[in-house]
Amino acid sequence: MSRRYYINNSGRLKRKENTIFFEISEKERKIIPINDIDSIYIFGEVDLNTKVLNYLAQNDIPVHIFNYYGYYSGSFLPKKKNVSGILLVSQVSHYTDYSKRLYLAKSFIEGGVYHILRNLKTNQAEEEVEKINEFLKQLPDANTIEEVMAVEGNIRNIYYQAFNKIIKNQDFKIDKREYNPPTNPINALISFGNSVLYSVILSEIYKTHLEPTISYLHEPSERRFSLSLDISEIFKPLIVDTVIFNLLNYETINLSHFNQDLNFSYLNDEGRKIFLKYLEDKLETTIKHKTLQRNVSYRTLIRLECYKLIKHLLDEEDYKPLKAWW
Amino acid sequence: MDLETLKEIRITGLKVNYYYICKRKLWLFSKNLNFEKNNDKIILGQILHENYYKSEKERDILIQELISIDIVDDDYIREVKSSDKMEKADTMQVVYYLYVLKQLGIEKVGLINYPKQKKKKEVYLTKQLEQELLESLKDIEKIINQPNPPKLEKLPYCKKCSYFEFCFA
Repeated sequence: MSRRYYINNSGRLKRKENTIFFEISEKERKIIPINDIDSIYIFGEVDLNTKVLNYLAQNDIPVHIFNYYGYYSGSFLPKKKNVSGILLVSQVSHYTDYSKRLYLAKSFIEGGVYHILRNLKTNQAEEEVEKINEFLKQLPDANTIEEVMAVEGNIRNIYYQAFNKIIKNQDFKIDKREYNPPTNPINALISFGNSVLYSVILSEIYKTHLEPTISYLHEPSERRFSLSLDISEIFKPLIVDTVIFNLLNYETINLSHFNQDLNFSYLNDEGRKIFLKYLEDKLETTIKHKTLQRNVSYRTLIRLECYKLIKHLLDEEDYKPLKAWW
Repeated sequence: MDLETLKEIRITGLKVNYYYICKRKLWLFSKNLNFEKNNDKIILGQILHENYYKSEKERDILIQELISIDIVDDDYIREVKSSDKMEKADTMQVVYYLYVLKQLGIEKVGLINYPKQKKKKEVYLTKQLEQELLESLKDIEKIINQPNPPKLEKLPYCKKCSYFEFCFA
């Protein structure tokens, strides 16, 4: 069982013979056995050299880098070994055939909205559930990706309004979803959580044969690894949002965990550590899988979603998005 | 089937082995849709492969860029396996190696080592096994050329397969 390593400190990442260690100072170093690493997330100021990158590449370990504000900067992805020509061809053909593309785009939204509704129901936001169900009726009739996106946009507006009901701590309020840079703490949490999830999903896609740059809901040209964005639609409400609700409602995270600059807001070191710990716990939480009849973690569910997508692309089995059954 | 045809369709030893385990696994594997890397058992098998019989000189011998023989010694060509659960598949894999060697004018005897079970098995290229192999090779070619994977079929050992999560998710 390998794990994700989140580096929040400053220091140097080194290879020493056949192991990796993180050197915080001359005296303090942490040894990380290579077989224990799934992927590395760097938030601190870290030095690393090609010797360590080569060794990580040899062991198929991606490194995701975030900037000072916790925004995703990019990834070091080892040369991909899982490549299947036949799958790539079908991945492309499902993009170029507009009706096939539309099917997948709708599926991702369908999965995402299912989890949005699930969050609202567990928090007794019946009014919003009703409104969203109205918008959801338009989804099957949408004929273009833009229409699908519009339905999704309307649903999200209602959903984020409901955050003010779900989050009991009066210090936290949201008017609307804002992107970089977020001006209030809830937006900061959503942005941070989503960008970490985005790279977690990228790591899982990398373990499969899917090409992460070819996507269906998002335009492949929009961002580098847009398939990650597609799949994240399903998992954002299921993983990130539920972590945010818990952290704020139990006041594990409070206003002291944010830095507020002129007019935008971001988590400080301490807040980031807490958030990552809870996100990590969530990803490792297991559920008994219905058809596999074994316990699988949320992270594994992400990979299983990739497998289902592969089977769809191979014309084996129609893709049905994950709908949490527990 | 002659050597050129085998090379053209790239029938490796593992493909022969998979044919006897699961035809769907064979198809997926032949399209590079391999799932072995995520599986703990496979990783253990690799470690076993690297660490057993270290003193043998002739290890991992690649022949005609087609088959890779684990160990070649004076008497045998040897194949090392971590489990003896799939003896038929293992046997036919070695039969295939013997068949390829025969086409190159080399006559050998096969030996399968199951070090964990402290067990070994000799394999000869008999007329009967050769005939069986030839029919399988034709079938393998047919399966590999199919546009879609063979339908999912639940087998008693599916749960232990590295393709399990893919097939049943």
